[in-house]
Amino acid sequence: MTGNEAMAEAAICAGCRAYFGYPITPQNEILEYMATRMPGVGGAFIQAESEVAAINMCYGASAAGVRTMTSSSSPGISLKMEGISYLAGADLPCVIINVARGGPGLGNISPAQGDYFQATKGGGHGDYRMIVLGPATIAEAIEMVMLAFDLADKYRVPVMILSDGMLGQMMEPITLPEPVDPASLPGKPWALTGARGRHPNVVTSYAIDPGDLSQINTKRQSRYHQIEEKEVRYRETETSDATIVIVAYGTVARIARTAVRMARSQGIKLGMMQPITLWPFPYAPLRTLSSRVNTILTVEMSAGQMIEDVRLAVADRAETPFYGEVGGLVTTPKDILREVKRNVS
Amino acid sequence: MSVNMDNMVKVFERPRSLTDAQFSYCPGCHHGLVTRIIAHTIDELGIQDRAVIVASVGCSVTMYEWFRCDGIQAAHGRACAVATGIKRVNSNLIVFTYQGDGDLAAIGTAESIHAANRGENITVIFINNQIYGMTGGQMAPTTLLGQRATSCPDGRNAQLAGYPIRFAEVIAQLDAPVYVTRQALYDQKRIMAASRAIKKAFQCQIDGKGYSLVEILTNCPTNWRMSPVESNSYVMNQVVGTFPLGDLVDRG
Repeated sequence: MTGNEAMAEAAICAGCRAYFGYPITPQNEILEYMATRMPGVGGAFIQAESEVAAINMCYGASAAGVRTMTSSSSPGISLKMEGISYLAGADLPCVIINVARGGPGLGNISPAQGDYFQATKGGGHGDYRMIVLGPATIAEAIEMVMLAFDLADKYRVPVMILSDGMLGQMMEPITLPEPVDPASLPGKPWALTGARGRHPNVVTSYAIDPGDLSQINTKRQSRYHQIEEKEVRYRETETSDATIVIVAYGTVARIARTAVRMARSQGIKLGMMQPITLWPFPYAPLRTLSSRVNTILTVEMSAGQMIEDVRLAVADRAETPFYGEVGGLVTTPKDILREVKRNVS
Repeated sequence: MSVNMDNMVKVFERPRSLTDAQFSYCPGCHHGLVTRIIAHTIDELGIQDRAVIVASVGCSVTMYEWFRCDGIQAAHGRACAVATGIKRVNSNLIVFTYQGDGDLAAIGTAESIHAANRGENITVIFINNQIYGMTGGQMAPTTLLGQRATSCPDGRNAQLAGYPIRFAEVIAQLDAPVYVTRQALYDQKRIMAASRAIKKAFQCQIDGKGYSLVEILTNCPTNWRMSPVESNSYVMNQVVGTFPLGDLVDRG
Protein backbone atom coordinates (compact mmCIF):
# COMPACT_ATOMS: atom_id res chain seq x y z
CA MET A 1 0.00 0.00 0.00
CA THR A 2 1.21 3.53 -0.71
CA GLY A 3 1.36 5.98 2.16
CA ASN A 4 -1.59 7.85 0.71
CA GLU A 5 -3.75 4.71 0.54
CA ALA A 6 -2.65 3.64 4.01
CA MET A 7 -3.64 7.01 5.49
CA ALA A 8 -7.01 6.77 3.75
CA GLU A 9 -7.63 3.26 5.09
CA ALA A 10 -6.49 4.36 8.56
CA ALA A 11 -9.11 7.10 8.44
CA ILE A 12 -11.80 4.51 7.66
CA CYS A 13 -10.49 2.40 10.57
CA ALA A 14 -10.74 5.49 12.80
CA GLY A 15 -14.44 5.77 11.99
CA CYS A 16 -14.21 8.53 9.40
CA ARG A 17 -17.47 8.49 7.45
CA ALA A 18 -17.21 11.67 5.41
CA TYR A 19 -14.45 12.59 2.99
CA PHE A 20 -14.42 15.52 0.59
CA GLY A 21 -11.48 16.28 -1.65
CA TYR A 22 -10.17 17.67 -4.91
CA PRO A 23 -7.45 16.23 -7.17
CA ILE A 24 -3.91 17.51 -6.71
CA THR A 25 -0.61 15.67 -7.02
CA PRO A 26 0.90 14.03 -4.97
CA GLN A 27 -2.18 13.20 -2.85
CA ASN A 28 -4.60 11.87 -5.51
CA GLU A 29 -4.49 8.31 -4.17
CA ILE A 30 -6.29 9.42 -1.00
CA LEU A 31 -9.18 10.86 -3.03
CA GLU A 32 -9.28 7.80 -5.32
CA TYR A 33 -9.11 5.35 -2.44
CA MET A 34 -11.94 7.11 -0.63
CA ALA A 35 -14.06 7.12 -3.80
CA THR A 36 -13.86 3.32 -3.82
CA ARG A 37 -13.92 2.65 -0.09
CA MET A 38 -16.38 5.14 1.39
CA PRO A 39 -19.60 3.86 -0.22
CA GLY A 40 -18.88 0.36 1.15
CA VAL A 41 -18.90 1.61 4.74
CA GLY A 42 -21.94 3.82 4.23
CA GLY A 43 -19.97 7.04 4.35
CA ALA A 44 -20.13 10.22 2.29
CA PHE A 45 -17.67 10.91 -0.52
CA ILE A 46 -17.67 13.86 -2.87
CA GLN A 47 -15.08 15.03 -5.37
CA ALA A 48 -15.71 18.70 -4.73
CA GLU A 49 -15.47 21.58 -7.20
CA SER A 50 -12.50 23.02 -5.31
CA GLU A 51 -10.47 22.67 -2.14
CA VAL A 52 -12.49 25.58 -0.77
CA ALA A 53 -15.73 23.69 -1.31
CA ALA A 54 -14.22 20.47 0.09
CA ILE A 55 -13.19 22.01 3.40
CA ASN A 56 -16.59 23.67 3.72
CA MET A 57 -18.31 20.33 3.11
CA CYS A 58 -16.14 19.06 5.97
CA TYR A 59 -17.36 21.99 8.07
CA GLY A 60 -20.96 20.91 7.43
CA ALA A 61 -20.42 17.17 7.93
CA SER A 62 -18.40 17.70 11.09
CA ALA A 63 -21.10 20.00 12.45
CA ALA A 64 -23.56 17.18 11.84
CA GLY A 65 -21.47 15.04 14.20
CA VAL A 66 -19.61 12.70 11.82
CA ARG A 67 -15.85 12.02 11.78
CA THR A 68 -14.72 13.95 8.74
CA MET A 69 -11.56 14.30 6.68
CA THR A 70 -10.14 16.12 3.69
CA SER A 71 -6.73 15.95 2.08
CA SER A 72 -4.72 17.99 -0.35
CA SER A 73 -1.23 19.15 -1.17
CA SER A 74 0.39 22.50 -0.47
CA PRO A 75 -1.34 24.86 -2.98
CA GLY A 76 -4.66 23.22 -2.16
CA ILE A 77 -4.02 23.52 1.56
CA SER A 78 -3.58 27.27 1.06
CA LEU A 79 -7.12 27.31 -0.34
CA LYS A 80 -8.39 25.37 2.65
CA MET A 81 -7.01 27.87 5.13
CA GLU A 82 -10.21 29.94 5.19
CA GLY A 83 -12.19 26.84 6.09
CA ILE A 84 -9.66 25.71 8.69
CA SER A 85 -9.98 29.08 10.43
CA TYR A 86 -13.78 28.65 10.47
CA LEU A 87 -13.47 25.08 11.80
CA ALA A 88 -11.25 26.38 14.60
CA GLY A 89 -13.59 29.30 15.24
CA ALA A 90 -16.65 27.07 15.42
CA ASP A 91 -14.85 24.44 17.58
CA LEU A 92 -15.32 21.69 15.03
CA PRO A 93 -13.17 18.56 14.83
CA CYS A 94 -11.76 17.68 11.42
CA VAL A 95 -8.69 15.89 10.08
CA ILE A 96 -6.75 17.47 7.22
CA ILE A 97 -3.92 15.64 5.47
CA ASN A 98 -1.30 17.73 3.68
CA VAL A 99 0.84 15.65 1.36
CA ALA A 100 3.21 18.55 0.98
CA ARG A 101 5.09 19.47 -2.19
CA GLY A 102 7.56 22.09 -3.37
CA GLY A 103 6.51 25.73 -3.28
CA PRO A 104 5.82 28.61 -3.16
CA GLY A 105 3.16 29.07 -5.82
CA LEU A 106 2.75 26.09 -8.10
CA GLY A 107 6.29 24.99 -7.17
CA ASN A 108 6.57 21.34 -8.09
CA ILE A 109 5.28 17.93 -7.07
CA SER A 110 8.39 16.80 -5.20
CA PRO A 111 8.40 16.27 -1.42
CA ALA A 112 9.09 19.38 0.65
CA GLN A 113 8.64 20.78 4.14
CA GLY A 114 7.97 24.39 3.23
CA ASP A 115 4.49 24.35 4.80
CA TYR A 116 5.65 24.13 8.42
CA PHE A 117 4.99 27.80 9.13
CA GLN A 118 1.54 27.61 7.51
CA ALA A 119 0.61 24.50 9.48
CA THR A 120 1.97 25.43 12.90
CA LYS A 121 1.78 29.22 13.07
CA GLY A 122 -1.71 29.94 11.82
CA GLY A 123 -2.06 29.89 8.07
CA GLY A 124 -5.63 31.08 8.21
CA HIS A 125 -6.80 34.26 9.92
CA GLY A 126 -7.43 34.80 13.60
CA ASP A 127 -6.11 33.56 16.94
CA TYR A 128 -6.29 29.82 16.53
CA ARG A 129 -4.17 26.70 16.78
CA MET A 130 -4.27 23.40 14.98
CA ILE A 131 -2.69 20.19 16.25
CA VAL A 132 -0.07 19.18 13.67
CA LEU A 133 1.37 15.66 13.48
CA GLY A 134 4.44 14.80 11.38
CA PRO A 135 4.77 11.10 10.46
CA ALA A 136 8.12 9.76 9.21
CA THR A 137 6.98 6.31 8.07
CA ILE A 138 3.77 4.78 6.80
CA ALA A 139 3.37 2.88 10.08
CA GLU A 140 3.62 6.19 11.95
CA ALA A 141 1.23 7.82 9.50
CA ILE A 142 -1.41 5.15 10.22
CA GLU A 143 -0.96 5.55 13.96
CA MET A 144 -1.16 9.34 13.67
CA VAL A 145 -4.30 9.34 11.54
CA MET A 146 -6.01 7.24 14.24
CA LEU A 147 -4.69 9.60 16.92
CA ALA A 148 -5.69 12.66 14.89
CA PHE A 149 -9.39 11.72 14.92
CA ASP A 150 -9.32 11.09 18.67
CA LEU A 151 -7.56 14.39 19.42
CA ALA A 152 -9.83 16.32 17.06
CA ASP A 153 -12.94 15.01 18.85
CA LYS A 154 -11.48 15.31 22.34
CA TYR A 155 -10.49 18.96 21.99
CA ARG A 156 -12.89 19.95 19.19
CA VAL A 157 -10.06 21.27 17.01
CA PRO A 158 -8.88 20.69 13.45
CA VAL A 159 -5.86 18.35 13.31
CA MET A 160 -3.41 18.28 10.42
CA ILE A 161 -1.23 15.39 9.32
CA LEU A 162 1.78 17.16 7.78
CA SER A 163 3.07 14.51 5.43
CA ASP A 164 4.91 14.96 2.14
CA GLY A 165 5.10 13.56 -1.38
CA MET A 166 7.76 11.01 -0.39
CA LEU A 167 5.65 9.45 2.32
CA GLY A 168 2.47 9.66 0.24
CA GLN A 169 3.94 7.86 -2.76
CA MET A 170 6.20 5.23 -1.16
CA MET A 171 5.09 1.67 -0.41
CA GLU A 172 5.77 -0.27 2.77
CA PRO A 173 4.29 -3.39 4.35
CA ILE A 174 1.89 -2.32 7.03
CA THR A 175 -0.39 -3.62 9.73
CA LEU A 176 -3.78 -1.99 9.88
CA PRO A 177 -5.34 -1.14 13.22
CA GLU A 178 -8.58 -2.58 14.57
CA PRO A 179 -11.44 -0.65 12.98
CA VAL A 180 -13.45 1.61 15.25
CA ASP A 181 -17.23 1.34 15.06
CA PRO A 182 -18.46 4.94 14.67
CA ALA A 183 -21.53 4.04 16.76
CA SER A 184 -19.23 3.26 19.70
CA LEU A 185 -17.67 6.73 19.75
CA PRO A 186 -18.65 9.25 22.45
CA GLY A 187 -21.75 11.29 21.56
CA LYS A 188 -21.57 14.88 20.35
CA PRO A 189 -24.41 16.70 22.11
CA TRP A 190 -23.47 19.93 20.30
CA ALA A 191 -23.98 18.45 16.82
CA LEU A 192 -26.70 19.48 14.37
CA THR A 193 -29.09 16.56 14.46
CA GLY A 194 -32.41 18.39 14.49
CA ALA A 195 -33.83 20.26 17.50
CA ARG A 196 -36.06 17.42 18.68
CA GLY A 197 -36.87 17.64 22.39
CA ARG A 198 -33.99 19.98 23.06
CA HIS A 199 -32.92 23.58 22.54
CA PRO A 200 -31.55 24.31 19.06
CA ASN A 201 -27.85 23.74 18.55
CA VAL A 202 -25.92 26.45 16.78
CA VAL A 203 -22.50 26.10 15.17
CA THR A 204 -20.90 29.45 14.51
CA SER A 205 -17.65 31.38 14.75
CA TYR A 206 -19.53 34.69 14.80
CA ALA A 207 -19.82 36.88 17.91
CA ILE A 208 -20.44 40.53 17.08
CA ASP A 209 -19.95 41.69 20.68
CA PRO A 210 -16.23 42.04 21.52
CA GLY A 211 -16.93 40.95 25.10
CA ASP A 212 -18.57 37.74 23.87
CA LEU A 213 -15.82 36.99 21.36
CA SER A 214 -13.17 37.66 23.97
CA GLN A 215 -14.82 35.17 26.32
CA ILE A 216 -15.18 32.52 23.62
CA ASN A 217 -11.59 32.98 22.46
CA THR A 218 -10.21 32.90 26.00
CA LYS A 219 -12.03 29.64 26.67
CA ARG A 220 -10.60 28.19 23.48
CA GLN A 221 -7.10 29.35 24.41
CA SER A 222 -7.38 27.49 27.71
CA ARG A 223 -8.12 24.34 25.70
CA TYR A 224 -4.99 25.04 23.65
CA HIS A 225 -2.98 25.31 26.89
CA GLN A 226 -4.34 21.92 27.93
CA ILE A 227 -3.19 20.49 24.61
CA GLU A 228 0.26 22.00 25.16
CA GLU A 229 0.43 20.40 28.59
CA LYS A 230 -0.88 16.95 27.70
CA GLU A 231 -0.32 16.18 24.06
CA VAL A 232 3.34 16.89 23.29
CA ARG A 233 4.82 13.86 21.53
CA TYR A 234 8.36 13.23 20.30
CA ARG A 235 10.88 10.44 19.88
CA GLU A 236 14.50 10.44 20.98
CA THR A 237 17.05 8.11 19.38
CA GLU A 238 20.56 7.56 20.79
CA THR A 239 20.49 10.77 22.76
CA SER A 240 21.67 9.48 26.16
CA ASP A 241 25.39 9.89 25.43
CA ALA A 242 25.13 12.18 22.39
CA THR A 243 27.24 15.29 21.95
CA ILE A 244 25.37 16.34 18.83
CA VAL A 245 21.69 15.81 18.14
CA ILE A 246 19.70 16.17 14.93
CA VAL A 247 16.21 17.60 15.15
CA ALA A 248 14.12 16.48 12.19
CA TYR A 249 10.50 15.58 11.49
CA GLY A 250 8.67 13.62 8.82
CA THR A 251 10.60 12.24 5.86
CA VAL A 252 13.81 13.95 7.00
CA ALA A 253 13.58 12.14 10.34
CA ARG A 254 13.41 8.84 8.49
CA ILE A 255 16.50 9.72 6.45
CA ALA A 256 18.30 11.03 9.53
CA ARG A 257 17.77 7.71 11.36
CA THR A 258 20.11 6.13 8.82
CA ALA A 259 22.56 8.98 9.31
CA VAL A 260 22.54 8.28 13.06
CA ARG A 261 23.43 4.61 12.44
CA MET A 262 26.20 5.59 10.02
CA ALA A 263 27.62 8.13 12.47
CA ARG A 264 27.54 5.69 15.38
CA SER A 265 29.44 3.09 13.33
CA GLN A 266 32.12 5.74 12.82
CA GLY A 267 32.29 6.58 16.53
CA ILE A 268 30.44 9.89 16.30
CA LYS A 269 28.08 10.38 19.24
CA LEU A 270 25.10 11.45 17.19
CA GLY A 271 21.53 11.28 18.41
CA MET A 272 18.20 12.45 17.08
CA MET A 273 15.07 14.06 18.36
CA GLN A 274 11.98 13.71 16.17
CA PRO A 275 9.08 15.97 17.08
CA ILE A 276 5.87 14.00 16.46
CA THR A 277 3.59 16.90 17.38
CA LEU A 278 4.81 19.94 15.46
CA TRP A 279 2.18 21.86 17.36
CA PRO A 280 2.35 21.59 20.29
CA PHE A 281 6.10 21.65 19.69
CA PRO A 282 8.26 19.74 22.22
CA TYR A 283 9.95 22.86 23.59
CA ALA A 284 10.54 21.53 27.11
CA PRO A 285 12.14 18.17 26.19
CA LEU A 286 14.35 19.93 23.67
CA ARG A 287 15.37 22.49 26.27
CA THR A 288 16.36 19.67 28.65
CA LEU A 289 18.27 17.91 25.92
CA SER A 290 20.08 21.07 24.86
CA SER A 291 21.70 21.52 28.27
CA ARG A 292 23.58 18.21 27.94
CA VAL A 293 24.78 18.35 24.30
CA ASN A 294 27.05 20.75 22.42
CA THR A 295 25.16 21.01 19.18
CA ILE A 296 21.56 20.73 17.99
CA LEU A 297 21.53 20.43 14.18
CA THR A 298 18.16 21.08 12.58
CA VAL A 299 17.60 19.42 9.21
CA GLU A 300 14.61 20.26 7.04
CA MET A 301 13.50 20.12 3.42
CA SER A 302 12.99 23.88 3.54
CA ALA A 303 15.05 27.03 3.88
CA GLY A 304 14.58 26.82 7.66
CA GLN A 305 11.19 26.94 9.34
CA MET A 306 11.13 24.52 12.30
CA ILE A 307 14.60 25.89 13.18
CA GLU A 308 12.81 28.91 14.67
CA ASP A 309 11.04 26.69 17.19
CA VAL A 310 14.26 24.79 17.89
CA ARG A 311 16.09 28.05 18.63
CA LEU A 312 13.25 29.20 20.89
CA ALA A 313 13.68 26.01 22.90
CA VAL A 314 17.46 25.86 22.91
CA ALA A 315 18.32 29.56 23.22
CA ASP A 316 22.09 29.73 23.88
CA ARG A 317 22.41 26.41 25.69
CA ALA A 318 23.89 24.77 22.56
CA GLU A 319 24.97 25.60 19.02
CA THR A 320 22.01 25.54 16.62
CA PRO A 321 23.24 25.12 13.05
CA PHE A 322 20.80 24.46 10.20
CA TYR A 323 20.96 22.30 7.11
CA GLY A 324 18.21 22.39 4.53
CA GLU A 325 17.35 21.34 0.99
CA VAL A 326 14.88 23.47 -0.95
CA GLY A 327 12.87 23.21 -4.15
CA GLY A 328 11.73 19.63 -3.69
CA LEU A 329 15.24 18.16 -3.44
CA VAL A 330 15.43 15.29 -0.95
CA THR A 331 18.36 15.15 1.40
CA THR A 332 20.35 11.89 1.85
CA PRO A 333 21.92 10.21 4.91
CA LYS A 334 25.34 10.99 3.41
CA ASP A 335 24.50 14.69 3.10
CA ILE A 336 23.30 14.77 6.69
CA LEU A 337 26.40 12.95 7.95
CA ARG A 338 28.61 15.46 6.12
CA GLU A 339 26.81 18.28 7.92
CA VAL A 340 27.16 16.47 11.24
CA LYS A 341 30.90 16.08 10.72
CA ARG A 342 31.25 19.73 9.77
CA ASN A 343 29.64 20.62 13.09
CA VAL A 344 31.57 18.26 15.39
CA SER A 345 35.06 19.14 14.20
CA MET B 1 -67.87 45.57 24.53
CA SER B 2 -66.67 42.22 25.75
CA VAL B 3 -65.39 39.63 23.28
CA ASN B 4 -65.87 35.95 23.86
CA MET B 5 -62.54 34.40 22.82
CA ASP B 6 -64.11 30.93 22.74
CA ASN B 7 -65.95 31.79 19.57
CA MET B 8 -62.92 33.24 17.82
CA VAL B 9 -60.84 31.33 15.30
CA LYS B 10 -57.19 32.25 15.15
CA VAL B 11 -56.29 32.92 11.53
CA PHE B 12 -52.90 34.55 11.97
CA GLU B 13 -50.21 34.09 14.59
CA ARG B 14 -46.50 34.26 15.12
CA PRO B 15 -44.99 31.10 13.61
CA ARG B 16 -44.06 28.61 16.32
CA SER B 17 -40.67 28.05 14.68
CA LEU B 18 -39.67 31.66 15.37
CA THR B 19 -37.92 32.53 18.62
CA ASP B 20 -38.74 35.71 20.53
CA ALA B 21 -35.49 37.35 19.40
CA GLN B 22 -35.97 40.63 17.60
CA PHE B 23 -34.97 40.83 13.93
CA SER B 24 -31.95 43.03 13.27
CA TYR B 25 -33.29 44.15 9.88
CA CYS B 26 -34.05 47.75 8.93
CA PRO B 27 -37.70 48.89 8.96
CA GLY B 28 -39.49 47.91 5.76
CA CYS B 29 -36.89 45.39 4.68
CA HIS B 30 -38.18 42.26 2.98
CA HIS B 31 -35.71 40.03 4.86
CA GLY B 32 -38.08 39.97 7.83
CA LEU B 33 -40.94 38.97 5.57
CA VAL B 34 -39.04 36.07 4.01
CA THR B 35 -37.86 34.93 7.43
CA ARG B 36 -41.45 34.84 8.59
CA ILE B 37 -42.61 32.97 5.49
CA ILE B 38 -39.91 30.35 6.00
CA ALA B 39 -40.86 29.92 9.67
CA HIS B 40 -44.51 29.57 8.70
CA THR B 41 -43.56 26.98 6.10
CA ILE B 42 -41.53 25.03 8.65
CA ASP B 43 -44.60 25.04 10.94
CA GLU B 44 -46.95 23.95 8.18
CA LEU B 45 -44.69 21.11 7.06
CA GLY B 46 -43.98 20.05 10.64
CA ILE B 47 -40.21 20.01 10.17
CA GLN B 48 -39.03 22.27 13.00
CA ASP B 49 -37.18 19.35 14.64
CA ARG B 50 -35.51 18.29 11.36
CA ALA B 51 -34.68 21.67 9.83
CA VAL B 52 -31.12 22.98 9.73
CA ILE B 53 -30.53 26.58 8.73
CA VAL B 54 -27.33 27.42 6.92
CA ALA B 55 -26.88 31.14 7.47
CA SER B 56 -24.56 33.04 5.18
CA VAL B 57 -22.65 36.31 5.41
CA GLY B 58 -24.63 39.50 4.98
CA CYS B 59 -27.60 41.05 6.74
CA SER B 60 -28.93 37.56 7.56
CA VAL B 61 -25.70 36.44 9.23
CA THR B 62 -27.46 35.60 12.52
CA MET B 63 -30.48 33.98 10.84
CA TYR B 64 -30.20 30.98 13.19
CA GLU B 65 -31.07 33.15 16.20
CA TRP B 66 -34.61 33.62 14.97
CA PHE B 67 -35.53 29.97 14.52
CA ARG B 68 -36.23 27.20 16.98
CA CYS B 69 -34.18 24.97 14.70
CA ASP B 70 -30.55 23.86 14.57
CA GLY B 71 -28.39 26.29 12.65
CA ILE B 72 -24.91 26.92 11.36
CA GLN B 73 -23.08 29.96 10.11
CA ALA B 74 -21.19 29.46 6.84
CA ALA B 75 -18.20 31.38 5.49
CA HIS B 76 -19.03 33.97 2.83
CA GLY B 77 -20.26 32.17 -0.28
CA ARG B 78 -19.80 28.65 1.07
CA ALA B 79 -23.32 27.95 2.32
CA CYS B 80 -24.15 25.43 -0.42
CA ALA B 81 -20.97 23.45 0.30
CA VAL B 82 -21.75 23.47 4.03
CA ALA B 83 -25.33 22.38 3.36
CA THR B 84 -23.99 19.60 1.12
CA GLY B 85 -21.77 18.31 3.92
CA ILE B 86 -24.63 18.23 6.42
CA LYS B 87 -27.18 16.65 4.10
CA ARG B 88 -24.81 13.97 2.82
CA VAL B 89 -24.14 12.63 6.32
CA ASN B 90 -27.72 12.92 7.60
CA SER B 91 -30.36 12.75 4.90
CA ASN B 92 -33.17 12.93 7.48
CA LEU B 93 -32.38 16.60 8.10
CA ILE B 94 -34.12 19.29 6.05
CA VAL B 95 -31.26 21.58 5.12
CA PHE B 96 -31.68 25.00 3.60
CA THR B 97 -29.40 27.92 2.86
CA TYR B 98 -30.39 31.56 3.01
CA GLN B 99 -28.05 33.66 0.91
CA GLY B 100 -27.87 37.12 -0.56
CA ASP B 101 -26.78 38.07 -4.06
CA GLY B 102 -23.18 38.77 -3.08
CA ASP B 103 -22.90 35.53 -1.17
CA LEU B 104 -24.59 33.25 -3.69
CA ALA B 105 -23.88 34.89 -7.03
CA ALA B 106 -20.43 36.51 -6.54
CA ILE B 107 -18.08 34.99 -3.97
CA GLY B 108 -20.00 31.72 -3.81
CA THR B 109 -20.55 31.20 -7.54
CA ALA B 110 -18.66 27.91 -7.70
CA GLU B 111 -20.25 26.38 -4.59
CA SER B 112 -23.72 27.55 -5.65
CA ILE B 113 -23.52 26.15 -9.18
CA HIS B 114 -21.93 22.83 -8.27
CA ALA B 115 -24.30 22.02 -5.42
CA ALA B 116 -27.13 22.59 -7.91
CA ASN B 117 -25.37 20.57 -10.59
CA ARG B 118 -24.90 17.62 -8.25
CA GLY B 119 -28.58 17.85 -7.49
CA GLU B 120 -27.98 18.05 -3.76
CA ASN B 121 -31.27 17.47 -1.98
CA ILE B 122 -31.26 20.91 -0.34
CA THR B 123 -33.31 24.09 -0.58
CA VAL B 124 -31.65 27.37 -1.50
CA ILE B 125 -33.36 30.65 -0.65
CA PHE B 126 -31.70 33.39 -2.68
CA ILE B 127 -32.34 36.96 -1.59
CA ASN B 128 -31.71 39.24 -4.57
CA ASN B 129 -31.82 42.89 -3.49
CA GLN B 130 -29.19 44.03 -5.99
CA ILE B 131 -26.90 45.46 -3.34
CA TYR B 132 -24.48 44.60 -0.54
CA GLY B 133 -26.61 45.65 2.42
CA MET B 134 -24.55 44.80 5.46
CA THR B 135 -21.31 46.36 4.23
CA GLY B 136 -23.03 49.60 3.32
CA GLY B 137 -24.47 49.51 -0.18
CA GLN B 138 -21.77 48.39 -2.62
CA MET B 139 -22.49 47.07 -6.10
CA ALA B 140 -23.74 43.49 -6.27
CA PRO B 141 -23.51 41.06 -9.21
CA THR B 142 -27.24 41.69 -9.62
CA THR B 143 -27.14 45.51 -9.46
CA LEU B 144 -29.18 46.92 -12.34
CA LEU B 145 -27.52 48.87 -15.16
CA GLY B 146 -27.44 52.50 -14.17
CA GLN B 147 -28.27 51.72 -10.54
CA ARG B 148 -26.10 53.65 -8.11
CA ALA B 149 -24.14 51.97 -5.35
CA THR B 150 -21.28 53.18 -3.15
CA SER B 151 -18.78 51.33 -5.35
CA CYS B 152 -20.39 52.51 -8.60
CA PRO B 153 -21.39 56.05 -7.65
CA ASP B 154 -22.31 56.99 -11.22
CA GLY B 155 -24.46 53.93 -11.66
CA ARG B 156 -23.52 50.48 -12.93
CA ASN B 157 -21.74 50.75 -16.24
CA ALA B 158 -21.81 47.57 -18.33
CA GLN B 159 -18.44 48.34 -19.92
CA LEU B 160 -16.77 48.47 -16.52
CA ALA B 161 -18.84 46.11 -14.43
CA GLY B 162 -20.75 43.89 -16.81
CA TYR B 163 -24.45 43.14 -16.57
CA PRO B 164 -26.71 42.02 -13.74
CA ILE B 165 -26.41 38.24 -13.55
CA ARG B 166 -29.63 36.22 -13.80
CA PHE B 167 -28.61 33.43 -11.49
CA ALA B 168 -31.86 31.51 -11.51
CA GLU B 169 -31.52 31.28 -15.30
CA VAL B 170 -27.94 30.03 -14.92
CA ILE B 171 -29.11 27.31 -12.52
CA ALA B 172 -32.05 26.51 -14.80
CA GLN B 173 -29.57 25.47 -17.55
CA LEU B 174 -28.47 22.51 -15.42
CA ASP B 175 -30.03 19.07 -15.66
CA ALA B 176 -30.27 18.26 -11.96
CA PRO B 177 -32.36 20.99 -10.28
CA VAL B 178 -36.01 20.00 -9.75
CA TYR B 179 -37.46 23.40 -8.96
CA VAL B 180 -36.10 26.84 -9.87
CA THR B 181 -38.26 29.90 -9.54
CA ARG B 182 -38.08 33.68 -9.18
CA GLN B 183 -40.53 35.44 -6.89
CA ALA B 184 -41.13 38.92 -5.48
CA LEU B 185 -42.84 40.46 -2.45
CA TYR B 186 -44.03 43.87 -3.64
CA ASP B 187 -47.74 43.18 -3.12
CA GLN B 188 -50.03 40.72 -1.37
CA LYS B 189 -50.48 38.56 -4.42
CA ARG B 190 -46.73 38.23 -4.81
CA ILE B 191 -46.26 37.44 -1.14
CA MET B 192 -48.78 34.61 -1.40
CA ALA B 193 -47.07 33.29 -4.54
CA ALA B 194 -43.63 33.48 -2.92
CA SER B 195 -44.98 31.62 0.11
CA ARG B 196 -46.31 28.85 -2.11
CA ALA B 197 -42.97 28.65 -3.94
CA ILE B 198 -41.01 28.35 -0.71
CA LYS B 199 -43.34 25.64 0.54
CA LYS B 200 -43.00 23.76 -2.73
CA ALA B 201 -39.20 23.99 -2.57
CA PHE B 202 -39.15 22.50 0.94
CA GLN B 203 -41.64 19.84 -0.12
CA CYS B 204 -39.29 18.82 -2.96
CA GLN B 205 -36.59 18.18 -0.39
CA ILE B 206 -38.89 16.32 1.99
CA ASP B 207 -39.97 14.09 -0.90
CA GLY B 208 -36.32 13.41 -1.76
CA LYS B 209 -36.66 14.92 -5.22
CA GLY B 210 -33.52 17.05 -5.12
CA TYR B 211 -32.23 20.57 -5.44
CA SER B 212 -34.47 23.62 -5.50
CA LEU B 213 -33.76 27.34 -5.71
CA VAL B 214 -36.17 30.11 -4.83
CA GLU B 215 -34.82 33.49 -5.92
CA ILE B 216 -36.72 36.32 -4.30
CA LEU B 217 -36.50 39.91 -5.53
CA THR B 218 -36.32 41.94 -2.36
CA ASN B 219 -35.76 45.55 -1.42
CA CYS B 220 -33.17 47.48 0.54
CA PRO B 221 -34.83 50.76 1.51
CA THR B 222 -31.77 51.87 3.50
CA ASN B 223 -29.17 51.47 0.78
CA TRP B 224 -31.52 52.24 -2.09
CA ARG B 225 -32.29 55.52 -0.27
CA MET B 226 -36.04 54.94 -0.64
CA SER B 227 -39.02 54.61 1.63
CA PRO B 228 -40.32 51.03 1.93
CA VAL B 229 -43.33 51.97 -0.21
CA GLU B 230 -41.12 53.51 -2.92
CA SER B 231 -38.91 50.44 -2.82
CA ASN B 232 -41.88 48.15 -3.46
CA SER B 233 -42.86 50.20 -6.52
CA TYR B 234 -39.26 50.14 -7.69
CA VAL B 235 -39.14 46.33 -7.56
CA MET B 236 -42.46 46.15 -9.44
CA ASN B 237 -41.61 48.75 -12.09
CA GLN B 238 -37.84 48.44 -12.54
CA VAL B 239 -36.32 45.30 -11.07
CA VAL B 240 -38.80 42.87 -12.60
CA GLY B 241 -37.82 44.21 -16.03
CA THR B 242 -34.34 42.75 -15.61
CA PHE B 243 -35.37 39.76 -13.51
CA PRO B 244 -38.62 38.28 -14.88
CA LEU B 245 -40.79 36.46 -12.36
CA GLY B 246 -42.00 32.89 -12.57
CA ASP B 247 -40.95 29.25 -12.56
CA LEU B 248 -37.93 28.39 -14.70
CA VAL B 249 -37.73 24.70 -13.88
CA ASP B 250 -40.45 22.54 -12.43
CA ARG B 251 -39.61 18.86 -12.42
CA GLY B 252 -41.27 18.49 -9.03
